[in-house]
Amino acid sequence: MPGKLKVKIVAGRHLPVMDRASDLTDAFVEVKFGNTTFKTDVYPKSLNPQWNSEWFKFEVDDEDLQDEPLQITVLDHDTYSANDAIGKVYIDIDPLLYSEAATVISGWFPIYDTIHGIRGEINVVVKVDLFNDLNRFRQSSCGVKFFCTTSIPKCYRAVIIHGFVEELVVNEDPEYQWIDRIRTPRASNEARQRLISLMSGELQRKIGLKVLEMRGNAVVGYLQCFDLEGESGLVVRAIGTACTLDKLSSPAAFLPACNSPSKEMKESPLVHPPSHGCRSTHNSPIHTATGSRLTQNFSVSVPTLIYTGMGSGSAGKEGGPFKALLRQQTQSALEQREFPFFTLTAFPPGFLVHVGGVVSARSVKLLDRIHNPDEPETRDAWWAEIRQEIKSHAKALGCHAVVGYSESTSICEEVCILSASGTAAVLNPRFLQDGTVEGCLEQRLEENLPAGCGFCHIPYDELNMPFPAHLTYCYNCRKQKVPDVLFTTIDLPTDATVIGKGCLIQARLCRLKKKAQAEANATAISNLLPFMEYEVHTQLMNKLKLKGMNALFGLRIQITVGENMLMGLASATGVYLAALPTPGGIQIAGKTPNDGSYEQHISHMQKKINDTIAKNKELYEINPPEISEEIIGSPIPEPRQRSRLLRSQSESSDEVTELDLSHGKKDAFVLEIDDTDAMEDVHSLLTDVPPPSGFYSCNTEIMPGINNWTSEIQMFTSVRVIRLSSLNLTNHALNKNFNDLCENLLKSLYFKLRSMIPCCLCHVNFTVSLPEDELIQVTVTAVAITFDKNQALQTTKAHVEKSLQRASTDNEELLQFPLELCSDSLPSHPFPPAKEHLESASSNSGIPAAQRATSVDYSSFADRCSSWIELIKLKAQTIRRGSIKTTVTVEKTSPMGEGNFRNRSAAPCANSTVGVVKMTPLSFIPGAKITKYLGIINMFFIRETTSLREEGGVSGFLHAFIAEVFAMVRAHVAALGGNAVVSYIMKQCVFMENPNKNQAQCLINVSGDAVVFARESELEVVSTQQPAANCQPACTGGEVTT
Amino acid sequence: MTSELDIFVGNTTLIDEDVYRLWLDGYSVGDAVALRVRSGILEQTGATAAVLQSDTMDHYRTFHMLERLLHAPPKLLHQLIYQIPPSRQALLIERYYAFDEAFVREVLGKKLSKGTKKDLDDISTKTGITLKSCRRQFDNFKRVFKVVEEMRGSLVDNVQQHFLLSDRLARDYAAIVFFANNRFETGKKKLQYLSFGDFAFCAELMIQNWTLGAVGEAPTDPDSQVDDMDMDLDKEFLQDLKELKVLVADKDLLDLHKSLVCTALRGKLGVFSEMEANFKNLSRGLVNVATKLTHNKDVRDLFVDLVEKFVEPCRSDHWPLSDVRLFLNQYSASVHSLDGFRHQALWDRYMGTLRGCLLRLYHD
Repeated sequence: MPGKLKVKIVAGRHLPVMDRASDLTDAFVEVKFGNTTFKTDVYPKSLNPQWNSEWFKFEVDDEDLQDEPLQITVLDHDTYSANDAIGKVYIDIDPLLYSEAATVISGWFPIYDTIHGIRGEINVVVKVDLFNDLNRFRQSSCGVKFFCTTSIPKCYRAVIIHGFVEELVVNEDPEYQWIDRIRTPRASNEARQRLISLMSGELQRKIGLKVLEMRGNAVVGYLQCFDLEGESGLVVRAIGTACTLDKLSSPAAFLPACNSPSKEMKESPLVHPPSHGCRSTHNSPIHTATGSRLTQNFSVSVPTLIYTGMGSGSAGKEGGPFKALLRQQTQSALEQREFPFFTLTAFPPGFLVHVGGVVSARSVKLLDRIHNPDEPETRDAWWAEIRQEIKSHAKALGCHAVVGYSESTSICEEVCILSASGTAAVLNPRFLQDGTVEGCLEQRLEENLPAGCGFCHIPYDELNMPFPAHLTYCYNCRKQKVPDVLFTTIDLPTDATVIGKGCLIQARLCRLKKKAQAEANATAISNLLPFMEYEVHTQLMNKLKLKGMNALFGLRIQITVGENMLMGLASATGVYLAALPTPGGIQIAGKTPNDGSYEQHISHMQKKINDTIAKNKELYEINPPEISEEIIGSPIPEPRQRSRLLRSQSESSDEVTELDLSHGKKDAFVLEIDDTDAMEDVHSLLTDVPPPSGFYSCNTEIMPGINNWTSEIQMFTSVRVIRLSSLNLTNHALNKNFNDLCENLLKSLYFKLRSMIPCCLCHVNFTVSLPEDELIQVTVTAVAITFDKNQALQTTKAHVEKSLQRASTDNEELLQFPLELCSDSLPSHPFPPAKEHLESASSNSGIPAAQRATSVDYSSFADRCSSWIELIKLKAQTIRRGSIKTTVTVEKTSPMGEGNFRNRSAAPCANSTVGVVKMTPLSFIPGAKITKYLGIINMFFIRETTSLREEGGVSGFLHAFIAEVFAMVRAHVAALGGNAVVSYIMKQCVFMENPNKNQAQCLINVSGDAVVFARESELEVVSTQQPAANCQPACTGGEVTT
Repeated sequence: MTSELDIFVGNTTLIDEDVYRLWLDGYSVGDAVALRVRSGILEQTGATAAVLQSDTMDHYRTFHMLERLLHAPPKLLHQLIYQIPPSRQALLIERYYAFDEAFVREVLGKKLSKGTKKDLDDISTKTGITLKSCRRQFDNFKRVFKVVEEMRGSLVDNVQQHFLLSDRLARDYAAIVFFANNRFETGKKKLQYLSFGDFAFCAELMIQNWTLGAVGEAPTDPDSQVDDMDMDLDKEFLQDLKELKVLVADKDLLDLHKSLVCTALRGKLGVFSEMEANFKNLSRGLVNVATKLTHNKDVRDLFVDLVEKFVEPCRSDHWPLSDVRLFLNQYSASVHSLDGFRHQALWDRYMGTLRGCLLRLYHD
């Protein structure tokens, strides 16, 4: 009996009137945990009952403590008929299970009913007495800390970053059970809420177990999602990064675990563990994916792009031995079970050595073909397949790890698109293994750190490049090669040297598709996907150039599937990295040069584009320092843009089919306007209106170039649904509608938040869904943070120069990483890849015909794939004929790099009233310091109404529901003793309506980390020697700006 | 492309003061958008009409949801659904309970019943205040009335405690409740020149001096709060006022009173002769008002009577306010020198308040 849960029901307030006759309520409370239920006395005739109950004690296993939520039901006693439920409170007691978090949960919780919403509040006290359990075979994982934050939490230090953990649980969806036909909507909703709560608990416990096996003590970047598959079930899955964290004892230490920037860098740059994160994953019981299981289902592995430095370069043309090595690695039985993935987006200094580019993989699956829907194996295999693909993409980029990794799904009827993406990277092994030596080498090494530009340097071998690429010497250190453009899914590294400010860049795209069933549908979708990826990428590229920037951070591409269309939405934050070359402009060429008026039109457009670029440069203060070519040392090749599409590997297709979208020998990249479509593309480029003055926006944690945040923050969620008139359903009209929808939404946000100017919208997170045929739903969550304009830019003018100097001492050995890694790992994989491959192929054909009936032969895939490749080639050629010319514009400027954007000014202490709970999608609170993490908040709610009109229509209904969700999150945080939620995310907002029946239903899933924060001004006690301004001295290579 | 759903929910509820005012004033979303456009906001912010429409809708929805809570302001403070900074909460409440002078003059002293509510249409037409706004204001009056009606203790304190209003606004509501409870007539044509402020001033004086609560100021038994009520006039006091009749009924007393006043004021009053000529009429008027207060009908007509019997005669003789003050002071004080008159305390309680009221009512 390892734990005792104690619950006390204190009082209620603002209860609804349940007895019309007396206008009062006779309330009592049922407290349920597991199968045990206690009841309070009835408190007669009151809307503010004072139960003051005894302590209800539950003696339970810690396994149950982790899985089960505490259920509190408030009822109205009725002598003659059944008692009426007023509402419920689910309390996740997980935060009480580890010592450093909360010790007691005590406070007012909103009483929630899925039909009526919040109906009053109840005051509850919950405590847990945990007994130490030394059982080695235990099933629980109490004590493992969970963080949604995708960086090392502020008051901890990462001792080891073990690596990827994942888990997935499946259950029947209560809404699709037979009993649902006869029970009330309320009962059904509650069954679902309860189930998901239970599954979340189980999932977390299982992940915790894996972490313990890896000898870690925490999961950082924990992302849990649920998939409503419908008939085939309800899936709750989670990924995260296992770590061993140390609590920082010094209260003044603002620096996130950066006491040793990269000690072992010099010592052992070449000594890597065979595969990062594998020491941990070796032990972890992850389901193995086997070929035979895969073939039970229809599955289409979708060719994917790898976004690298080359703008849209890709992998594929590896040299012979290199390729073999890769094969060997990917196919090895060991490797198949483990993934060197990290869900983190920000890292301790020195962790990230090089960044390769974005890798992503998608796969289309049919849910109704899952052989055994109640078991997780099939889905496990699906994900394993995708992860494998991601891993091989990373390998192709010369990287041994993927950072900023995330997974998502989009489901429409029986079709499901699985997506995964991340950033291929080379990491410093120091954090990945035990026994960090705290040495005195620190100082010496710091000097050698390629600060500000090191991560931009290509990780692949220049002489043996996996693909043709356009490289130049780093504009910062001039020692190493860098690509001309860099795309990543991570946050901007704190030590990166950035010129000017960043901005939100979005690519938006719609594609109509025919309504179809099953395989035909899946095939149609997978045929469309590569085009969408390609176009999304082109759009991003063009918009980036239009902004005069050269790198994207926080890139997130979402592909959503609907009945008759696909939507693609990519968001990222564009910046100008000082290390990368100046992007060229965009040139437009007409197809019919004879037509005079046409020519004129073209030149007019060209002028407009040039003007926009110039305007943007001014707006975002992009003034790169003038660098003459002699200094760079190598002639800059004629800049050109290469696009190249890699058809990513599905496991069984043998040949790497590859698409070269680069422009061959032609150097000019010109946007050719040969049809109305192209014209519209150019137009749409120019329709994106910059935010009004005083506003900035980004989708990363922090805005590059702004470093003086003040304390006012406003987190918000905005939802819009538009109905498309079925008349104008062309790709074209669709694109315009979608574009307008997003642009108008942004405009509305700017307008609404105008009182906060100057401010920045951070972590702008768009989610698109297609709830019905002609409906598009866009959900945005972001936080607006004010900053001080005047106090701005105590320019670290010296910073750039300094980092330039420092960077020049960069050691070149670092570049050898990837190859070393590969050869290292060679002996450890005794199976030749080809053999492995054959085996899986044979198991494919060996399965019974009954199961195979639904599977599509891979060979047929290959055919189909080659056909779409042909299509893309055609398209590529059209682009090539014109193409975009990049001109290097060297402008006279002053260096304006501001790496220290974390250097927040001590904010004026705003009126911090008791009871206020701040919410933010960021991992920090401006002007404040997080002093304690209280545990993870992970909540799931369903709200349904049968009186939609009376509740103010769909808008009124959803507005009230979201407000209620916020309220419940805040109440839970407050009850834990916290005053803020960081890394808050609304993972799902599924809205369904039936106006004819006056009904609507909505499901919302949110999560975040409950924390206690204190204003910096209140904390100015200790450490005058470590002012906040130097919060990441290590990141900037020990540089202290005075 | 039509917008099916369009919402914005902030962790801190956004309140736009200008839109709140438009909402309180009862404008439809369309009208509000038009008014905002006219204010030049589009030019200032570079927004489009569609953005404005969406923003206005959103605020209106928020206000609509908050309205339920505003009906019981303490709920707004304790609720968990909308996170609103205290200063904003205060603003929301204060503005919600604020009322239009023109409107309050129409319903002041009327029974806050369904019947009156039906007349709101006419009031709306007459005052130019939207019907919606009229309804809100009327419902506010009624709600406050219902809540404090049966309560003991200070009327102002009760209003303040249950509706969290500023001191000024709580006093106004106390006056409105007091007038509604006693149904003082304020709508007659001859009372039209009086502002709400005039009546509120009188109400405050009357609450302080003429109600049961006023007597309770020095309670013999602190536990007995039975009579501590501000809403109703002290019945016993009104009954006792009959005793003042002697001041005008007794010819000697009246003459004596007059000579005392005239002696004291001779040479000090610009309108002395008019005063001298009118003294008996004025005195009779003031005393008769007192003696009739036992009848509900006459209580209701208190202000009509005061204006008819005192304000109008003086005004027709062009008494300056300073003379009125001198006269009333002397008129009240002289009674103390009337040996045959035994109800000095009663007189002071009556006349002290009445003097204050009359001085306030005496203007053009």
